[in-house]
Amino acid sequence: MISAFIHKFSSPKSFVQITKTLYPLFIFTGLSMLIIGWTWGLLFAPPDAVQGNSYRIIFLHVPAVIFAELIYFFMALCALMHIVWRVRLAAYLIKSAAPIGAMITFIGLFSGSIWGIPTWGTWWQWDARITSTLILFIMYLGILTLHGSFSNLEKSDRLMSILVVIGVVNIPIIKKSVDWWSTLHQPASISVSGGSSIDPSMLYPLIISVIGLGFTLISLGILTSRSYILGREKNKKWVLDHV
Amino acid sequence: MLQARKNRLWKFFIILFLSAGGISLILFSLNSKLDLFYTPSEMLEADIKPGYRIKLGGMVKTGSIIRNGTTIKFIATDFVKEVPVIFDGVPPDLFKEDSGVVVLGYFLDGMFEAEEIFAKHDENYMPPALSIEGAKI
Repeated sequence: MISAFIHKFSSPKSFVQITKTLYPLFIFTGLSMLIIGWTWGLLFAPPDAVQGNSYRIIFLHVPAVIFAELIYFFMALCALMHIVWRVRLAAYLIKSAAPIGAMITFIGLFSGSIWGIPTWGTWWQWDARITSTLILFIMYLGILTLHGSFSNLEKSDRLMSILVVIGVVNIPIIKKSVDWWSTLHQPASISVSGGSSIDPSMLYPLIISVIGLGFTLISLGILTSRSYILGREKNKKWVLDHV
Repeated sequence: MLQARKNRLWKFFIILFLSAGGISLILFSLNSKLDLFYTPSEMLEADIKPGYRIKLGGMVKTGSIIRNGTTIKFIATDFVKEVPVIFDGVPPDLFKEDSGVVVLGYFLDGMFEAEEIFAKHDENYMPPALSIEGAKI
């Protein structure tokens, strides 16, 4: 049953068809929620008792770093599909998601640096959280570089999947770095178990920004993966029928 | 499941375990060297050679900040041991009493001479009015 499910939804053809209808919905939801979340957060949410207005970069920083990690986790699931079930689509999705992951990780690091100047008094420290996030950024670039270094694309796909699996160990390290070691970075404000140390008046716009950025990045991923799939499968009959 | 797929699933887990195992070994051998700073207790116990630049992190003790021109003296504490710190310059905005601080500098004759000072803030975010109410309670 599982393999039937995988076969049905793992064909590049059905992916291109399904995402074509989903794209307008996702991009509309994503951008409108981002506008609402950021307007609320930047203009209407109260200033922080300690940090004043400089905390407001949280509405960019936190969504960015959440998806920096989630996109990598998604790529690792795709790598599992590609290594075990040889799903071509999974490799295409890794290749298309990696530049988006690199971009959003860079935004996370950059916004964190900007935030660090007024609050910590430094834009960079080699603490465990910041360094492990930099390693994540380098992993994304390494995955893309590795994929680009072979003329045989199937071989590129396989080696890329293996590198993605090797790098996934970094994700729990980033998550737990602030608990395992003493860092300049503060511990997490929101936990998966539901607790939050952010006041609701700031938490709601933050959650809306996170969901909005999520849909926006999925839309971006749909665009990059569709064009990549059509390029990779350009000799297949369904692509000729499609375009 | 096909035998070939089973083998590839094993391959996946072997890659994952080798990677996790290798990185765990590195992290365990580095252990506390990955900490950004010493706490006052750790620093006083550790045998730090004079002239070594280190980072010390703790809380600024209540009422311990003394300003004299641009020179700031305060006591960094982890509520077990205390270290007096002297700093000449402009500290970040969030440097204040009962707040986290990380200083970079030299420990000489019981006094920490800081070259740089960083403020460490906590993970709580709340509007100013609520924070005052919270303090009253």
